[in-house]
Amino acid sequence: MQEIIVKLLLIVVILIALGLLIFKKDDMNKHQKKMLVRILIASSILFILQCISIATFDMLDSYLFASAGRILRFILYFIDYLIIGHDILSKAFKGIMNKQIFDENFLMAIATVGAMALAIYSNGDYVEAIAVMLFYQIGEWFQSYAVGKSRKNISELMDIRPDYANIEIEGKIEKVDPDEIEIGSIIVVQPGEKVPIDGIVVEGDSSLDTSALTGESLPREVKVDDEIISGCINMSGLLKIKTTKEFGESTVSKILDLVENASSKKSKSERFISKFAKVYTPAVCYSALALAIIPPLVRMLIMGVDAQWGDWLYRALTFLVISCPCALVISIPLSFFAGIGGASNEGILIKGSNYLETLSKVKTIVFDKTGTLTKGVFEVDGIHHNQLEDEKILEFAALAESASSHPISKSLQRAYGKEIDRTRVSDIQELSGNGVIAKVDNHKVAVGNDKLMISLNVPYINCHSIGTIIHIAIDDEYAGHIVISDILKPNTKKAIASLKKAGITNTIMLTGDTSRVANKVASDLGITKVYSELLPEDKVNKVEELLKEEGNKDRLAFVGDGINDAPVLSRADIGIAMGAMGSDAAIEAADIVLMDDDPLKISKAIKISKKCINIVYQNIIFALVIKFACLILGAFGEVNMYVAIFADVGVMILAVLNAIRCLFVKKL
Amino acid sequence: MKKTYKIEVDCANCANKMEDAACKTNGVKNAVVNFMTQKMTVEFEEGHNAKEVMEEVYKACKRVESDCEIEL
Repeated sequence: MQEIIVKLLLIVVILIALGLLIFKKDDMNKHQKKMLVRILIASSILFILQCISIATFDMLDSYLFASAGRILRFILYFIDYLIIGHDILSKAFKGIMNKQIFDENFLMAIATVGAMALAIYSNGDYVEAIAVMLFYQIGEWFQSYAVGKSRKNISELMDIRPDYANIEIEGKIEKVDPDEIEIGSIIVVQPGEKVPIDGIVVEGDSSLDTSALTGESLPREVKVDDEIISGCINMSGLLKIKTTKEFGESTVSKILDLVENASSKKSKSERFISKFAKVYTPAVCYSALALAIIPPLVRMLIMGVDAQWGDWLYRALTFLVISCPCALVISIPLSFFAGIGGASNEGILIKGSNYLETLSKVKTIVFDKTGTLTKGVFEVDGIHHNQLEDEKILEFAALAESASSHPISKSLQRAYGKEIDRTRVSDIQELSGNGVIAKVDNHKVAVGNDKLMISLNVPYINCHSIGTIIHIAIDDEYAGHIVISDILKPNTKKAIASLKKAGITNTIMLTGDTSRVANKVASDLGITKVYSELLPEDKVNKVEELLKEEGNKDRLAFVGDGINDAPVLSRADIGIAMGAMGSDAAIEAADIVLMDDDPLKISKAIKISKKCINIVYQNIIFALVIKFACLILGAFGEVNMYVAIFADVGVMILAVLNAIRCLFVKKL
Repeated sequence: MKKTYKIEVDCANCANKMEDAACKTNGVKNAVVNFMTQKMTVEFEEGHNAKEVMEEVYKACKRVESDCEIEL
């Protein structure tokens, strides 16, 4: 029965190897091709030898000398053994010479040499040693092929690196290395090409495909004076771009650096496995040695029965075959790498395997309100209690805030809608969290919240409508207030709901806004806790408090828009910056960067991390359980070497296939 | 000082062994081998010549894994 199975398996191996050599020749590197040829030759010879019976060999004896058949048979099998296993033997030998004894080569060498020796002794089954070596090599080959292939696939997913930039020299377009382009040069991007360097459009208009950066398939329109980010693909018109950064500092280079270095930051599970492998291999070797020596000695000396040296030696060798740690060692970094690759294809950049692991343990998410949950674009709802006309109030406010980049200031400037003449403004004082005081046309103008009015001793009138209220005092006289309100992002509500579904128990919102506005937004969205009227530094303190409150194994993530949240982002267990395209500060400070500002991506990132960690644990548990079960069965002599090698190679193949599942995250 | 080198190595366990060997080399402060991207990042101790140290690292890696390559 076993003979038939082995023959069938050999036929399958021969056919697959032939097929791969013919049809998939270009997918393999030199080493893989050589190995595959060796596998093909060795399994063909083994198949032929299997078809010749011992009796046929023994017929030689009558022509030559006694046991000539036996010797010839051994020589033929031994040649086959060397074809498939010579490199393992030499590696094991080198290992011993270099005092690096206990590795998988050594395990395989000892096990198969031992099986060979047992077979010579009994003129028996050489096939076992060769088959074990053969299937071990097939396993190694598959591992190298599968990993190489998925590495290529993942790299292709992340491949947004532009190879060249076009510059115009005397009316002709020439391709040059993007590294050579200086800041302020004009580059030309033709339709279908990648934008190589960040810059500003000086001529032409077009739509851009940003999907490689953001995962967002909707094209973005650009025209003259728009900022443009490298890595996008120009779809329709010719663009001339004035570069604002060097290639190395451009968005696309930064992102690539980040993703490529991501898997160097090792997670706890990866560290655990590499430590485990270091202890595990020697432990198994010593156990095998003990298994080969102690039971026979006990039988012989204490129990007084036949020692059965051969039998116990065979068990010890089987034990060695099962014990190779490869399945674990390969599948875990592959899982993380595939997860990070899949996520980056969705516009989620994860800076390291360790962050992926931490993200899966997040139970509390703290949001910044403005720019994260809301669009951060305020619209003026009304202007009340003013003596001056609306236009004038808006003009003063916009001028006073002209130097600030706060979203509120920007909105006021936008609402004013005219060119701002900065020469009319002087002595600008920004009071963080309160507002701005400036001299406009020689009037002292104070623009800010109620705290600012209190500090100036200006009596103010509160508003009954819900929104952010900006009071204005001119020359310490109350001049009225502007009500502006922020708009929620279209996906925010869905995002909070899907986070809850993904196992997030606490959603907390921090904002500098008034409690009335904050509470309304929170109750609209279903957020569990709100802390409002916080100054920027209060946010850090609040997050620290929350960090102390959380459970031992739970983690806290902070989500911000990355512009003014850098300290909080780095303080939280995991900092997630969103809408970070083009914002270097956010990319530096955060652990996870969402390329577009869709809050739904937060739950997607969490789902990806959970899927990845699940797969990692599945592989660890699956591999360990099968291995230990086989080890125990092997020690009791219930498992022969064939089962052992299939346990080893089979577990490895399944673990690798399982790991590749991490790549598929589109539908999460 | 940190430098990144391209490497060629076929199995993940071998990559771990290379990392170990590189870390133990004189003049290396820390070394990380990234099996998936086939890269080795070496952080050198001050006052050591990167080129000389890398030759030692290469020898050490060859000793633990004869099949590996480092592009120096």
